[in-house]
Amino acid sequence: MFGKLSLDAIPYQQPIIMGAAAFMGLVAVSVIAALTYFRKWKWLWTEWLTSVDHKKIGVMYIILALVMLLRGFSDAIMMRTQLAIASAGSAGYLPPEHYDQIFTAHGVIMIFFMAMPFMIGLLNLVVPLQIGARDVAFPFLNSLSFWLTAAGFALINLSLVVGEFARTGWLAYPPLSELQYSPGVGVDYYIWSLQVSGVGTTLAGVNFIATILRNRAPGMTLMKMPIFTWTALCSNIMIVAAFPILTVALALLALDRYLGMHFFTNALGGNQMMYVNLIWAWGHPEVYILVLPAFGIFSEIISTFSGKRLFGYATMVYATMAIALGAFITWLHHFFTMGSGADVNAFFGITTMIIAIPTGVKVFNWLFTMYRGRVRFSTPTLWTLGFMVTFVIGGMTGVLMAVPPADFVLHNSLFLVAHFHNVLIGGVVFGYLAGLSYWFPKIFGFKLNEKLGKWAFWCWLIGFYIAFVPLYMLGLMGVTRRVNHFDNPVWHAYFVAAAIGAFVILCGILFEVAQLIVSIKQRESNRDLTGDPWGGRTLEWSVSSPPPFYNFAVIPEVQTRDAFWEMKKIGPPRASRYRPIHMPRNTATGVIIGAFSFALGFGLIWHIWWMALVGLLGIVISLITHSFNQHREYFVPAVDIARIERLRSPALIQQV
Amino acid sequence: MRPQTLDIEVPSNARAITRNVELAEAEEHAEAGQTTPLGFWIYLMSDCILFSALFATYAVLRNAVAGGPTGAQLFHLPYVLIETLCLLVSSITYGMVMLALKVQKRRAVLGWLMITAVLGACFITMEVREFAHMIGEGAGPDRSAFLSSFFTLVGTHGLHVTAGLIWMLVMMIQVARTGLTSTNASRLLCLSLFWHFLDIVWIGVFSVVYLMRVIV
Repeated sequence: MFGKLSLDAIPYQQPIIMGAAAFMGLVAVSVIAALTYFRKWKWLWTEWLTSVDHKKIGVMYIILALVMLLRGFSDAIMMRTQLAIASAGSAGYLPPEHYDQIFTAHGVIMIFFMAMPFMIGLLNLVVPLQIGARDVAFPFLNSLSFWLTAAGFALINLSLVVGEFARTGWLAYPPLSELQYSPGVGVDYYIWSLQVSGVGTTLAGVNFIATILRNRAPGMTLMKMPIFTWTALCSNIMIVAAFPILTVALALLALDRYLGMHFFTNALGGNQMMYVNLIWAWGHPEVYILVLPAFGIFSEIISTFSGKRLFGYATMVYATMAIALGAFITWLHHFFTMGSGADVNAFFGITTMIIAIPTGVKVFNWLFTMYRGRVRFSTPTLWTLGFMVTFVIGGMTGVLMAVPPADFVLHNSLFLVAHFHNVLIGGVVFGYLAGLSYWFPKIFGFKLNEKLGKWAFWCWLIGFYIAFVPLYMLGLMGVTRRVNHFDNPVWHAYFVAAAIGAFVILCGILFEVAQLIVSIKQRESNRDLTGDPWGGRTLEWSVSSPPPFYNFAVIPEVQTRDAFWEMKKIGPPRASRYRPIHMPRNTATGVIIGAFSFALGFGLIWHIWWMALVGLLGIVISLITHSFNQHREYFVPAVDIARIERLRSPALIQQV
Repeated sequence: MRPQTLDIEVPSNARAITRNVELAEAEEHAEAGQTTPLGFWIYLMSDCILFSALFATYAVLRNAVAGGPTGAQLFHLPYVLIETLCLLVSSITYGMVMLALKVQKRRAVLGWLMITAVLGACFITMEVREFAHMIGEGAGPDRSAFLSSFFTLVGTHGLHVTAGLIWMLVMMIQVARTGLTSTNASRLLCLSLFWHFLDIVWIGVFSVVYLMRVIV
């Protein structure tokens, strides 16, 4: 009846896990209680959960990402304290099997459930507004993508309490991840949470490509698009090209584990290195999928806060495209030690180094954008400057490791760990946090507290260097990753320093939380009444903050790059008549399919076959039922639009 | 978030607004009619990469027979040829669906859809029989890496065809219920893309898996 699931699956004897579970349970119970007390369930359901509005879906993605940032970060701080304690004979407080789950969960959570939802959330918030669209091309698909991600999110969080998580590292290399060596449900949680959310990501990629290609305002040719939209386009093309490979790699691993096949086993012809090739053929593009939108965010910020148009727009676009293409021919640098021979390694070493060229072009473009500009040092600018310094260092250690002989020495060492945290924190995390503080007033109608934002930035920046420079040094001394304690007393001081750095980053995160709370409390004094709090250049700043649900009462006509900047110079466009607006209706199908996907995943993980079957049939039947629904859209009458537009603040710069 | 009905000014020219609605509706439909196939094309490209990865896997593992049966011993070309012909002819009959759609003949659309579905079902039945036969002979997917990759590549294509058949049945019901509306036309076009795509993939499977194995 319940497959492999029994009460033994709950790790009662582990105080850390039960403590975390109790905390999560407490938060969940208080949220549920608050919703019930304030009678907000119906509001939540009709205004948020079933919404197909890209802005709300974007907010939900980002909430998901921030929750997972906290969970992923608590894993990080546990690892750093463990290694600071476990020296000179002390075993520390995390036994190896628990430590292995923690570093696996940390990687999986930070990439798949923090960075990806954060990125897609920002895309949702900004891209339709930047291109003058009323929504994405397929609003229902957008809701479905979100709910599939949420189902994966639920599965991976459940693994903390019910059963276990993988102990294999974040990419679950076989043969360790095969049934023979990982007989528990940990790897199955890994596989199905990623498969479910991965399908959601692929669909989001399809949706955004179609949106950017089809829904741009009249006059906005490709080379007039805001640069963030350009990076979003490249990133989504890469999603569509790379995520199917992840789907295949994980599916083949699942077939090995469930149906006794031999893709990656030790016996009967299996080939483990094929898994490593497949997973990195997705995994390398993935890091560029994450970082390209961050580059876009920095470009928007640096141009806005320097009061200048972006230097070298065209080269920025070409550099983005070059990185997107190059990302697909460098994957083998993750395993030069596979031993594929000098020629193959040389090829991939060179392609890897070549990627540094377009990236360098971008750095110079940002520098020249600031040159002779009136730079305003607001929080988003600080993140951008911090990124430029940090990312260049991370990029250079990357080029260093692209040299195969050097890589043979540094492979799987803490030098590598320091390198990818250098680019991921310095590039991706700084970028998304910058983007959040930059676009927050647009979505919520008030600015975030600058002072706390700057404190958060400095803690993150300084904490990052204290935490990861010691890891670079340790890596050069030959310390390997994924080991839960070391006995060499020389290394101990470095691990203590790294742990201190992690706690400084913790302060940064606490300042972020405080910033959110304080800003919400003081929102009346931080209101953005103009819709254009920063002196923006692109179309999202031409509408009120928050924008009306249809975004644009009249779709703007675009003449140039930085369309809104031009509009401000030549004055508001000629008033035109409002016309009825065609909008998608809310639908619960996304939520329902998300729930069935969760059942499918849970059933497969625990071998509860009837539940898996119910989940699968539920998904198919919901989709078919949805296809019979003919009332998916409605019209907002012109009079309603006139009324809503009149209620908007008179301080709005653009009056249509 | 919907506009609440507050004190609404009575529109001075209600008829003009109605006309506006119709115009906007026609425009939006024309636009949606182009966006959906574009989105579907992009999805098909992601599917194409999925199959590429499976083809690559098969190419790597095709000689890893682990002492078990090889393709040359297992595959029966005439049988597979008939299977192939079913699928190829079903692509032609789906072409007839689209021609009938163009001249707005609902019954012809339904008839050709039915014929296509029958051919597709023949293909799937033959494939399942082939699989059952191989598993019965002890050449199942757990016998060797070669057979794992064979069953997965061919089986994934088979699952796609099955999904296409379910979609086709749904389309027959929808065309029968609501006629050749613009929504149904757009869906028939997407299904057409899907069906021809599977045909092309199968040509790859037939060449790479069956022909190359028996010839080499």
